[in-house]
Amino acid sequence: MGVFIGYPILETIRLAFTHPYTGEISLYNFQRLSRDFHFWNALKYTFLLAGIVIPIQVTLALGVSLLLLRRFKGSNMVLYIFLIPLTISDVAAALIWYNILTGNGYLNRILINLGLLKSPLHFFGYQYRSMEILAIVITEVWRATAIVFVIIFAGLQMIGKEYLEAADVFGASTYQKFRYIILPMIKPSLQTALIIRTLFAMQIFGVVWILAGRDIPILAGETYYWQIELKNPNVAAAYSLIIACISIFLGFLYIKLLKPEYLER
Amino acid sequence: MVSVRLENLVKRFGKVTAVDHISLAIKNGEFVVLLGPSGCGKTTTLRLISGLELPDEGRIYFDDSDVTYLPPKERNISMVFQSYAVWPHMTVYDNIAFPMRIKKVPEDEIKRKVKWAAELLRIGELLDRYPHQLSGGQKQRVAVARAIVVEPAVLLMDEPLSNLDALLRMLMRSEIKKLQRRLKVTTIYVTHDQVEAMVMADRVAVMNKGRIMQIGTTEEIYNKPANLFVAGFIGSPRMNFFEASVSDTILDTGYFKMKLPEEMKQVLEGYETVIVGIRPEDIHPVERGIPPGVKPIELEGRVDFIEPLGSDTIIHLKIGEILLLVKVPGSYIVEMGRKLKVALDFNKLHIFDKKTEKAIL
Amino acid sequence: MYVKMYKGEALKMILTYALASIIVAWILVPLGLIFISAFAVPKEYYNIRKLIPLAFTTENVYTLLFVLKAWKSTLNSLIVAGLTIAISFALGLPTGYSLARFMFKGKDTFKLLIIGLRMFPVIVLAIPFTVIYLKIGLADTLIGVALAHTAMSLPFVVLITSSLFSGIPVDYEEAGMVFGLSRFEAFFRITLPLALPGLAAAAIFVFIMSWNEVFIASVLVLVNRTLPADILVSALNAPDPLKFAAGFIMVLPAMIFVFFARKYLIQVWGITIR
Repeated sequence: MGVFIGYPILETIRLAFTHPYTGEISLYNFQRLSRDFHFWNALKYTFLLAGIVIPIQVTLALGVSLLLLRRFKGSNMVLYIFLIPLTISDVAAALIWYNILTGNGYLNRILINLGLLKSPLHFFGYQYRSMEILAIVITEVWRATAIVFVIIFAGLQMIGKEYLEAADVFGASTYQKFRYIILPMIKPSLQTALIIRTLFAMQIFGVVWILAGRDIPILAGETYYWQIELKNPNVAAAYSLIIACISIFLGFLYIKLLKPEYLER
Repeated sequence: MVSVRLENLVKRFGKVTAVDHISLAIKNGEFVVLLGPSGCGKTTTLRLISGLELPDEGRIYFDDSDVTYLPPKERNISMVFQSYAVWPHMTVYDNIAFPMRIKKVPEDEIKRKVKWAAELLRIGELLDRYPHQLSGGQKQRVAVARAIVVEPAVLLMDEPLSNLDALLRMLMRSEIKKLQRRLKVTTIYVTHDQVEAMVMADRVAVMNKGRIMQIGTTEEIYNKPANLFVAGFIGSPRMNFFEASVSDTILDTGYFKMKLPEEMKQVLEGYETVIVGIRPEDIHPVERGIPPGVKPIELEGRVDFIEPLGSDTIIHLKIGEILLLVKVPGSYIVEMGRKLKVALDFNKLHIFDKKTEKAIL
Repeated sequence: MYVKMYKGEALKMILTYALASIIVAWILVPLGLIFISAFAVPKEYYNIRKLIPLAFTTENVYTLLFVLKAWKSTLNSLIVAGLTIAISFALGLPTGYSLARFMFKGKDTFKLLIIGLRMFPVIVLAIPFTVIYLKIGLADTLIGVALAHTAMSLPFVVLITSSLFSGIPVDYEEAGMVFGLSRFEAFFRITLPLALPGLAAAAIFVFIMSWNEVFIASVLVLVNRTLPADILVSALNAPDPLKFAAGFIMVLPAMIFVFFARKYLIQVWGITIR
């Protein structure tokens, strides 16, 4: 296993620090990166998308988890259905929402046929970048909320029933139960979910590429571009290294900030 | 402080009827214990009273209000759970304060009451600790403190002592009982331990298979069991039972006969086979002397086995194929294998119809 | 059937069911729509006036698969996925088994490493792989992609198998060994059959992961593309109905598998969380 993973990592580091023409160790690649305005945009957009999508997903995942906690008739079915997007690739998800949001898509079809719109809403195309972001956000929320959900739901299930029943007996309303009992007790799950989701968010690629091409540059997208189109593995390696470092740094940050005050016995 | 009335409660789980038409009236301020083996429905009944479960049929009244379908938080109850359910992420103080904080009681009042409850339960120095720093007994006292702090209408306890060691259990029994006397709060307590029940209860409701077998004071349950189950469940060592066929006033076990006084003729009329019950302490070896007040029925058997328990000794007496346990003081020595004459106290004889009934004391 | 509920809970119940329905629709409707689009007659599709193009046709799928030769990339995806399963299980299963059964030095650090690896951004691996592959002649091959996918899925397989095997008491194997089986045989004839359902679920997971993976696949191959890579590169320029046909094909196997394995999904996923 070390072969598979350790060696490529070292290779990446080596590539990133190697000058593509002269072959000597240098920071050349990183310098080129920083001079390219695409890089800074990619950084901006990657974080922007993460910043919008993650809070929405966490809230949604929490909401659905709490809903399903009630165990009503058919809650199992709802659970399975909610998990379906886990099996759908980002490319497929992008196509699914492209289908809905595009000029001939179903959203426009409904709105136009109802007379609410005269001409179609445009979600795609360079001039509509803010709409593109909206489309990406919708797609990502649709696709990846389940990832956060699974972790949070598992954590929720692990809260002993008596703790919640005691809260019921002693008069807590649903909101109070959530705020004072449930929320503190799922902190570790929340932490895990946030870490995993953020890490994935740093690598966002397929959805953006399909829906917006290079209109919305993102770190992983730039990596791809440098590698395939510009045929420069060194800069590409530099990009991937940056992604990795950001991920590790953020992971660290989360662990530091979200330490639960009590330890499970 | 309210009275509680259960009317024909039924609760089913799939094909199993856990609570089978239970009716019960509990007075204001009474300490009632639901006693029975596991699976008898006592915990389910408690949960129905608490509102954590809803019945399939029947009604529950607190005083005159129908609370059957009210959610727990509107019933003004408190509960001590078997696992304590002391929230691990809050300090002891916060745990006890929680019910009051929910009701938006002002902070200084909360402080006063938490202190009061903590003192009563002797956990005053633990207020800053977290549950994982406490022992089982301490956590349990936190749970009780939390339960009494709002002065509920009904206090419910679900086997709160079963996870404690024997010594602690004994201490807590008296503490809880004394506490309840002070607070005068209507208390419903669930346990499978008959000693707990007998010691703490004003009245005991013995349950089996979802039904109440008998309800009465400790004395009534012990001395006047209404049916076979109660007679066999209460008392340690267990009451002796043997079958006999009835003819006139004579009970024939097949190994010996017992002649009962003439007044019994009417009582025994109509029964063909009965089960006779007599407690081990109500059988006296004749040679030791028969205590005054005993109406003796003499039998002879062979000493099959002896259990010396220190202060008492249990003699296994065999008459034919029937085994009787006889409880005697430890000072009385008998050897295994010898013959022994004993006298059954007719006053303490219980006779049951083969189908869970009782004919006489 | 009379539903039991608390006083005043009726409203809550209605709300709950309403929300549940919204969630179900939120997930299922988009899937249904792409199914419709994939099989819609293009003329009808382009006519906005028609709310839902109901005329059914398989020409889109046909065009995609045969005219554009997408059947090749679909096949490639299948091959890669199959290879990935084979290799990662070949390597991961024994590892998982040893983790579950044997004590060796540094076991805990090893475990930690694996867990850490799971969270590692795979992108970092992709680029050097291209360089390495060029050197050893694996560039643009399916095996190359499979190996890269294996790198991704190996930690997962190790974790799952070790957890699976831990759940099967050693006693079973030992009983087998007492009665004459070698350790190897005991494993094959006793443990493996017991672990089969979990392993099947894990295999499905690996399949889905490989089938859906797009970044590495795009970077590593130019000619022998897998389906997602193909879509990324070429389908973008294709007319819409074809895009949707492609989307449909991508979604199909995953949905079929998930339907059959749904009970195991949560179990297995739960294991990886720990």
